[in-house]
This record gives sequence, C-alpha cells and structure tokens, in this order.
Amino acid sequence: MDWFKRAKDGLKPQKKKEIPELWIKCSSCEEVIYKRELEKNLHVCAECGFHFRIKSSDYIKYLLDDGHFDEFNAEIGSVDFLKFKASKRYSDQIKAAVKKTGQKDAIRTGFGKIHAHEVVFCVMDFSFIGGSMGSVVGEKIARAIDEAIKRKLPLIIISASGGARMMEGAISLMQLAKTSSRLAKFAETGYPFISIITDPTTGGVTASFAMLGDFILAEPGALIAFAGPRVIKQTIGQDLPEGFQRAEFQLSHGFIDSVVKRHEMKDRLRDILEFSTDNQFDEENTNGELNNENLLVNSPGPAESSLDDDQTN
Amino acid sequence: MSEYILEFEKPVVELEKKIREMREYSETENVEISEEITRLEEKAEKLRTDIYSKLSRWEILQIARHPQRPYTRDYIEHMFDDFVELHGDRAFGDDPAIISGIGKLGNRKVVAIGHQKGRTTKQKLFRNFGMPHPEGYRKALRVMKLAEKFNRPVVTFIDTPGAFPGIGAEERGQAEAIAKNLLEMSRLRVPIIVVIIGEGASGGALGIGLGDRILMMENTWYSVISPEGCAAILWHDSTKAVQAAEAMKLTAVDLLELGVVDKSVREPLGGAHHDYEKAAQILKEEINAELEKLEKVPPQELIENRIEKYAQMGFFEEQS
Repeated sequence: MDWFKRAKDGLKPQKKKEIPELWIKCSSCEEVIYKRELEKNLHVCAECGFHFRIKSSDYIKYLLDDGHFDEFNAEIGSVDFLKFKASKRYSDQIKAAVKKTGQKDAIRTGFGKIHAHEVVFCVMDFSFIGGSMGSVVGEKIARAIDEAIKRKLPLIIISASGGARMMEGAISLMQLAKTSSRLAKFAETGYPFISIITDPTTGGVTASFAMLGDFILAEPGALIAFAGPRVIKQTIGQDLPEGFQRAEFQLSHGFIDSVVKRHEMKDRLRDILEFSTDNQFDEENTNGELNNENLLVNSPGPAESSLDDDQTN
Repeated sequence: MSEYILEFEKPVVELEKKIREMREYSETENVEISEEITRLEEKAEKLRTDIYSKLSRWEILQIARHPQRPYTRDYIEHMFDDFVELHGDRAFGDDPAIISGIGKLGNRKVVAIGHQKGRTTKQKLFRNFGMPHPEGYRKALRVMKLAEKFNRPVVTFIDTPGAFPGIGAEERGQAEAIAKNLLEMSRLRVPIIVVIIGEGASGGALGIGLGDRILMMENTWYSVISPEGCAAILWHDSTKAVQAAEAMKLTAVDLLELGVVDKSVREPLGGAHHDYEKAAQILKEEINAELEKLEKVPPQELIENRIEKYAQMGFFEEQS
C-alpha cells in the first residue's frame, strides 16, 4: 500500500480552489455570495452592505426608467496623438479597452428619465483604462452639458475614475478646465447638476466636475480623493487612519451632501429633481401639452421601479 | 553667476573658467592676449547658444528645477512696484506655498498670485516645496475675487511640483478647492494671465492656472503629473523619468504645438537664473502687451472666449 508514500514531486502548495463562476466572494466581509442573488441585490452584499463596483450599463438599468437610455456621441473615440509609449503603447491600450468593454471610452452620455424627470445622464466606467479622463471624456461631458443647456434639463454625472489620463499629457489636464468651465456656463441656466460619486473617484475627476455638483451624493464606502492613499502614504511615510477618504469621511468633513445606498439612489434623485426643477406641478397634469411625452411613459410611483422590489431597507 | 552646474552646461562653464584665468593672467603678468580672450568669449557665447538651442526635454526640466531659478517672489520684486502681500483664506489659515497680493506693473494695477518655493532648507520647509494645501487655493480665489471687485487684472505664476498629497490636505478638501477655483476662474470678470515660470504639475498647477492667455517661459515644463510620478505609475519604475519626460511632451515648444499655451517667452541665454532682471523685464513686457489687448474686451465676451478656449482643447476621432 502506498497510501503514506509521498507524491513523487513532493508536497505542493495546493492551488486555491477557484470559486465556481456562479459564486463570488464579497471583498469586504468575505461572504461567498451567489452571483445571481448579488445581481438581484444591485451588486450590494446582503451580508455587510458592501457596494461592488458596477458598469455603466448597470447604473443605466438601476436608475433610468425602464432602463431606457437614449445615448449620444457614442462614436467619439480616443486617439494616440502623442504617440505615447510606456510599458505599453497607448494606442494598444485603447484597442484593448474597447475590446474589453465594448465601448469607445470611459464615459457614456445620453438622455434618460428618472421617475419621469427627463435628464442628461452621464456615467463613467472604471473598467475602461481606470475610468481615466482624456480628451474623449472631456469632450463628451462638455457636449452633454451643452445638451442640458439647450434642452433645459438637469444634469447627472456618475463618476468612477482614477483621474486624468496620463497618456494624453497636458491635454488630459486641460480636460479639468474644459469640463469645469462648461459647468460655469451651465450654472447660469438654473438647472441642477447632481454629481454622484462612486468607488473609486480620485485625481482630476474629483478635482473638477465631481466636486462641483449643486448636489453631491456618494455611494457608501466609495473612495473619494485628490491624491490616492498610496501616494499619500509614500509621501508622509505613515499609515493612514481607518476610513480615510471614504464617502463617510468626506461626509463628515463636509464635502458631500449625502451618502446614499444604491437601492435608494433613484428615489433620492427624484427628491432632488422635484425640489430643483419646476415640473413638480406638471406631474399631476400628465395630460398637459408641454410634458406630455416626458411623463406618460412612466408615471412616478413605487411600483414602477424594478429597484423597489429588491429594496432591503 | 550660478554655483550649481548642470551636466550639459559643463563644456561652456569650463571654457568660461579658462577665459577668467587668462584674463587674470594677462592682468597680473601684464601680457597682451585680449585678442585671444575675445576669440574665446565668442566661442563660449556660440557654444552656449548651441547647447541651449538643442536641449532635450529632460535638460529643460533640469533648468526649470535649477536651485537658483527665479521664483514668484523674485519676479514680483523685479517686475512690480508697491507690492503688498495679502495673506490668508479667511477660513482656515495662510498657506506659504502660495503668495498673493496687489501691486503695480508699470502703470497697471494688478493682482499677482503664485506658487512660492523656498531656497534654503528652512525656507523650503516653510514653503512646503511649493506644494499648496487647500487654504492656498482658497486664498488665491479670495484675492482673485478682490481683483474682480476692483476691476483689476490677475497675473498668476505657476511653479509647483503638485498640490500637497497629505492627510490634512485631503481632510480640508484639496480636490474641492482646486475644482472650485477652476469653476470660478472660468467666470471671473477680469483678465487672467497665467505664466509658467518653473514647474507646472497637475491640478496643483492648474488650480491657479486657468486663464485668458497662458504664457510659458522657455525653460519650464507643464503636464498632468511629474515625469517621476508618471514613470512610477506607467513604467512601475521612477528611474524611467527621463523617458517619461520625453513621452509626455511637456515643454513650451510641445505645448505651443498642442495648443495648451499661447506663447513661449524667451529667457536670457543660459536660462532665467543667469539674469533675473532681464528675465523679469522680458516677461513684464509680454504681460503688459497681453493685458493691453485683453483690457479692451468686455467682461462677458472675455468669459465666453475663455470658456471657448478650453472647449477647443482635446484630440479625438468621431466616426458615424
């Protein structure tokens, strides 16, 4: 019997058992979650409330009425105008990101409705080169703002970004100026700009439009920073306090209005939109000529939103 | 003048040393070699012109960081009369990494704001190496609002390795302070002239760097991050900063071509640190010439042009 014999090539560290595709481990509480349950719960851990990072398409589904998004400027793509090459070529990085995400860049912009309020809706994708802001993100935001000005609509931007895209050099830095100055123009309209900050949002995006909302909301636990924690740790050579730069930290330091759970985001947006736009009276008057098409599609009510079904608290 | 010699300056510095020695020799020994000296002087001048006409980006960056390079305060001293420094953000404190004040630029009354580096170790620490905290940006904005109130143009001097990445800076809203400045500078009703006089790194530079005309001294750099930072992130190796500097295209020549800056401002031969007075005079004339034009533009048009200027920045493709 060779039960006790050593295997020929000696003892090997056992390869960590891959969790089958159907399951996922919560990166916060380590609970193993059934993926479909997680999806049903808007990618929020039912155990600890940890908010997983999600894609732009998820936000569209969760926040817009019927998940309907009338996208514009989807065909604007990045070009490697500096012929930038570090360990990888920027042109290759763009290609790889387009292939991976099926999108042209790190942001999508378009029209949508939130509890029947028509808005210009912009949402970033962290999975596209770290959600970095280069010329395309800057241009699409600028054009989205122009649409909001032209059509007299509220503006919502969901941020998720590592900051400016270094491979575009100073031009990426100029996108901070471009987006902020366009917001100065938007501010004259009197329509609200709601900034929703998700995990993670750092650098040039935080230091421009994300911090310029009339209302600034953040998802629980989101990292919101100018300099990332690693850079700060390196600079000052000491450990950072618990919860440093998280949404709750930013709330207590006065930089955001509210930390809002994903399940409640759509309703909070409705509250803000109702407060800050003039059409609260129009809602009762859905047959009114002006807002007819806007409002008939989906009259606000708790039963309408797919979110409410899954609301955990 | 400079004690600190850059590698690429060495040939010309050695030649100049030789000229000095010959001159001393000719004086003490009473030998007539003035012809030879003149010849060598011409050669040195030519050599310097030669060296400085084909500097690499990394070499330009070294001049921008030269320890004897004139800082904001030096320019102010040489350009402005009756400068009065104004301190504090009226909310938290006074940030020595940014100075601001009022003064006269020739006949013009202007507001001047700039990053300030220190020269001695003690000063460097006091100025935090020119890396501002949020209160620095808020002070700058407060003083810009004064400029607006009294209808005076603003001149800002950019010279920073970046906004400070520290705990206090984050607690007090570094990002918000910079973002707010970008928004408010976009709609300030008086002309804003921005001059990059040394280093211009990231949001820390842009936080006082949005304006109607962007001037860039010949031997300076301006980008989204320092080459060292870029190398650390994209090469995972901060010693690749030389390559990063080349890749990032961060000099005045580059940025003029990219449309990020409007004008490259000539420096005295060998760099601004060789002649503060001359560097300041050249810059003063440039600023006055720009203000001359901008003062004629009505505020609303000024703001629209400013927003449109930034709207033009970016390179992308659009397929349908």
